[in-house]
Amino acid sequence: MRTFKADFHVHTVLSPCASLDMAPVKIIEKAVAEKIDILAITDHNSTLHCKLMCKLGKEAGIKVLPGVEITTKEEVHCLAFFETVETANIFQQIIEKHKPDIPNRKEIFGYQPVVDRDENILYEVDWLLISALSLNLGEAAEIVSMMNGIFVPAHIDRPSNSLLANLGFIPDNLKIDAVEISKSIDFNALLMKTPEIARYTVIRGSDAHCIEDIGSGFTMLYIENDDFDEIKMAFAAEAGRKVMALKK
Amino acid sequence: MNIAEIADRLNFEIVCGSTGKNNMVTWGYTSDMLSNVMGNASEGNLWITMQSHKNILAVALLKELSGIVLVNGHRPDTETVTQAEKEGVVILATDLPAFETAGRLYQLLKENEDIQS
Repeated sequence: MRTFKADFHVHTVLSPCASLDMAPVKIIEKAVAEKIDILAITDHNSTLHCKLMCKLGKEAGIKVLPGVEITTKEEVHCLAFFETVETANIFQQIIEKHKPDIPNRKEIFGYQPVVDRDENILYEVDWLLISALSLNLGEAAEIVSMMNGIFVPAHIDRPSNSLLANLGFIPDNLKIDAVEISKSIDFNALLMKTPEIARYTVIRGSDAHCIEDIGSGFTMLYIENDDFDEIKMAFAAEAGRKVMALKK
Repeated sequence: MNIAEIADRLNFEIVCGSTGKNNMVTWGYTSDMLSNVMGNASEGNLWITMQSHKNILAVALLKELSGIVLVNGHRPDTETVTQAEKEGVVILATDLPAFETAGRLYQLLKENEDIQS
């Protein structure tokens, strides 16, 4: 077994708040430069770029996890990762069933383009991807778990759109595989303030919205290879696999 | 005033946890961020929110709130209803948005205060 460097929280140009330079090819190039082994693609409420990102990752020798950052009914942001693009696409159908009727106004929120590898815009998503779904947190966690995915409340230390801010504390019996903390937060200080997070696997992602930020927050995994099952085992700390403790 | 009187006067529906309907309401507090309510609400407050997740019950118990009003036609999640019955946390519901709910509650509590003083 060896250590793998993972950035579990990266947006693409599809997210309205992401920079327009977050083109698929450029994201992979930066991930290679940052020596990232595992990269999760997590656009707001959308998996539409996962297929292309997985293909590009494969060509470059990077494991890309098809994923998403959903906004639950409680306006809590949560990351979900899936084993295959097909599973991510099924989850997208569930998202579509629970989406609100709020059109995107790109002059306010930004563009939501689906692009090809050459950065041609194929189409734009018309509903506002950052809006809250009608799925509640427990339901979302349950669905992802049933789909053999990984479910992680995002940036729980943040003052908004986070599990701790919006819901006060981590509810009992919630099916989560880890919690994510922001790239710049002092983990030990957070632990002092919120000791309950010691019960969970803790990861750090970059939440990159622009190219420079990719890899600026990362997590080291100790696993045999980059198979999804190995990553899952690391989250569960099974069979010697583990998520390495965060340094700071 | 207690929860039952307020529900009657403002036409709020008592959805669950009706064992708490005699709780006295000291004042109101409005917020959808549970962390904020944990920090700022006071004992006896009637809490106005659109959050229907079961964590609202723990917050209500922790802060000894008199009850919760869900606004905008929001209903408590299934789990929330079950647990509210068990814990005796009274949850009211109204189709009014938070602004109008708070406005009417404020007015009613103020009037009541004046009558009593």
